[in-house]
Amino acid sequence: MKEIYLDNGATTPPSSEVIQSILQVVKKDYGNPSSLHRKGMQAEEYIKQTSEEIAKWLKVTPKEVYYTSGGTESNNLAILGVANAYVRSGKHLITTQIEHPSVLEPFKKLEEQGYEVTYLPVNQQGYIDLETLKQAIRPDTILVSIMHINNEVGTIQPIDKIGSIIKKINPSTLFHVDAVQSFGKSIIYPRRWNIDLLSISGHKIHGPKGIGVLYIAKDIKIEPLVYGGGQQNGLRSGTENMIGIAGLYPAVKNAYENLKDHVSHMVQLKKYLVNELKAKVENISIHGPKLEEGAPHIINLGFKDIRGEVLLHALEDKKIYVSTGSACSSHKSTKSSTLQALGLSDEEILSSIRISFSPYTTREDIEICIAEMQQIIPLLRKFVPGGKK
Amino acid sequence: MKKLFLIKYGEIAIKGKNRYLFEDALLQNIKKSLRNIGDFKLIKEQGRILVEPLKENYDEEEVIGRLTKIFGIIGICPVIKVDSLDFQQIQEHVLHYMKEIYQDKKITFKVEARRADKSYPLTSPEIAREVGAYLLQHMPTLSVDVHHPQVRVWIEIRNSVYVYSQVIPGLGGMPIGTSGKAMLLLSGGIDSPVAGWMVAKRGVALEGIYFHSHPYTSDRAKEKVIELGRKLATYTGKFTLHIVPFTEIQLKIYEKCPHVQLTIIMRRIMMQIAEKIAKKQNALALITGESIGQVASQTIQSLGVTNAVCTLPVFRPLIGFDKQDIITIAEKIDTYETSILPYEDCCTIFVAKHPQTKPNLESIERSEKNLENIDAMIEEAIAKTEVIFI
Repeated sequence: MKEIYLDNGATTPPSSEVIQSILQVVKKDYGNPSSLHRKGMQAEEYIKQTSEEIAKWLKVTPKEVYYTSGGTESNNLAILGVANAYVRSGKHLITTQIEHPSVLEPFKKLEEQGYEVTYLPVNQQGYIDLETLKQAIRPDTILVSIMHINNEVGTIQPIDKIGSIIKKINPSTLFHVDAVQSFGKSIIYPRRWNIDLLSISGHKIHGPKGIGVLYIAKDIKIEPLVYGGGQQNGLRSGTENMIGIAGLYPAVKNAYENLKDHVSHMVQLKKYLVNELKAKVENISIHGPKLEEGAPHIINLGFKDIRGEVLLHALEDKKIYVSTGSACSSHKSTKSSTLQALGLSDEEILSSIRISFSPYTTREDIEICIAEMQQIIPLLRKFVPGGKK
Repeated sequence: MKKLFLIKYGEIAIKGKNRYLFEDALLQNIKKSLRNIGDFKLIKEQGRILVEPLKENYDEEEVIGRLTKIFGIIGICPVIKVDSLDFQQIQEHVLHYMKEIYQDKKITFKVEARRADKSYPLTSPEIAREVGAYLLQHMPTLSVDVHHPQVRVWIEIRNSVYVYSQVIPGLGGMPIGTSGKAMLLLSGGIDSPVAGWMVAKRGVALEGIYFHSHPYTSDRAKEKVIELGRKLATYTGKFTLHIVPFTEIQLKIYEKCPHVQLTIIMRRIMMQIAEKIAKKQNALALITGESIGQVASQTIQSLGVTNAVCTLPVFRPLIGFDKQDIITIAEKIDTYETSILPYEDCCTIFVAKHPQTKPNLESIERSEKNLENIDAMIEEAIAKTEVIFI
């Protein structure tokens, strides 16, 4: 049985170029970039190469590229770093109700410390309302943090418009974008779009785990979270993660050199999957944006009268891997806050699964997935959650 | 001078003619438990066991940690052994020992002496008095308290001299393997591992049985039960876990039986399967974590209906325990953290909102008649059972 991995929103398998590059650093070019000798210089070359590659596609300078341990640290560093550095300018912050926990949790922490946070609601498709945003921005608003592509339902926020709205109302308000799901799947131009900070993760684009990037526009000051040897301009001390940085280069290069082909391939697969399923299985709904509008690689589907986790495990038996935002746990509420913000009922939330594609997902994979679901879903529907009615 | 561990055992010392069986079992269990953490010689001697390290390649804390998990041991004493019987040398060794442990702490003490060799030139009270005086003279922070000393220093003169002052309490109970074997129904919750541990403490070897309802329960839930098996195995030495595929039967019950009876009928079938596997494995009883009134299936009526399908005795050591009491033991035996992992299953699908709390045996049996082929399904589930040796 072929393994069909449709959980690329969670992580992606590293490509062979990435593995090659990692091996080179593990085996041969193991130097510490801070060392003064040749081995150190060699290591520095890797950093330069990766930073230049990222800078090229974002149309920024390599000096504005900072390395972290991943998307979570990038988001934390951006939010806490700005809040701490700009506290004298104000203590008001804005974000949305559908952010990733690595954004929401730092904001909660800041609320405990006396900051005021506005959480923008979203509509049923997951979009924020630009009028509401306008009204939320105040003279003491120091930061707006809004994700580009939502990880659970794939809503794409109009980041360029949001950026210009923010700067028009309060030019000193900084704009952070969590681009973990969009980097490598969409063009992003921080300068043109008025983005001051941008979070990126390596392992969502077939790069290694444990490496992330925070783009910080020059002139933006942030307070570090980690202190030490003063690496990376003192903003993120600690010997750079050379394995991650070396592995990130081919991942970025490949994602952006083939961006158009990758995106159109994934959009096709997504449409094919949804249209076929809708034709072959009853009572399926799309959670989030319309099929034509959402992210190329993410679709969230609801299956009436089925527990998402049960469907997940049943597909797992066929070596098809998907994900749910919510577990069946009876101990604690693990219902996805994004799906709640979309206004879905508890039943709808529990019945949802997320399918996420990669450029390497094939049409055959999707055909198999459809065929298996066509088999499994009617069987599972014989047993209605909560017992017989 | 050598460092050893002196092991005291309680209850088994009074088992009359069968005593050697218990002692041998304990000896074996200690040997197995220490197998991969050093080289040790075990010496059985007059109502106690001496563990003598043969090489320096052991960690004292680790050894004591293992010994405190063996049922049947009531105390573990780190001991020094002096080969010379010369009294002056004994005194010097005791002083050295005391200085190493208590340094210059202010403590009250008393010396207790015992001599197996009655021809030794000093009597026990004389030894105690002399050594006590010697210690007082050389360690000014010590003072004597013969009634309530903080530290009792034991000196035992046999073929060699043994000195100890610390007794680390053991678990008590009886050595595993001296009271037969029982089959524990493990759910993954807090109660069942505690129930198994309590029975094992009485010397009963355990095997476990877990009912897996994939895809309604995730493989992580199964991993969690295996992990609980591992935790129990730190006490029982080994643990065999039977994982029974239960989905088909569960779906059948769902289809054919009244909704409010699903849980009770499911439990009755689980007990039947557990009993069949128990008999095959030569287990003499079943163990469950039930406690009266905890949930609908554990009312006194429900327990009666569940029990009616069993012919083996069913041990329910937690029957009169409150949840908090159970949690306290679970924490002590280190199963609690694993038990509360959130991989609860999706079996809620098979649970009625308001299950019967006072089921009637006849009506349940009537409902079960609708389960055609159930015997064959039970046999099939048993045949497809996965066995894991921990």
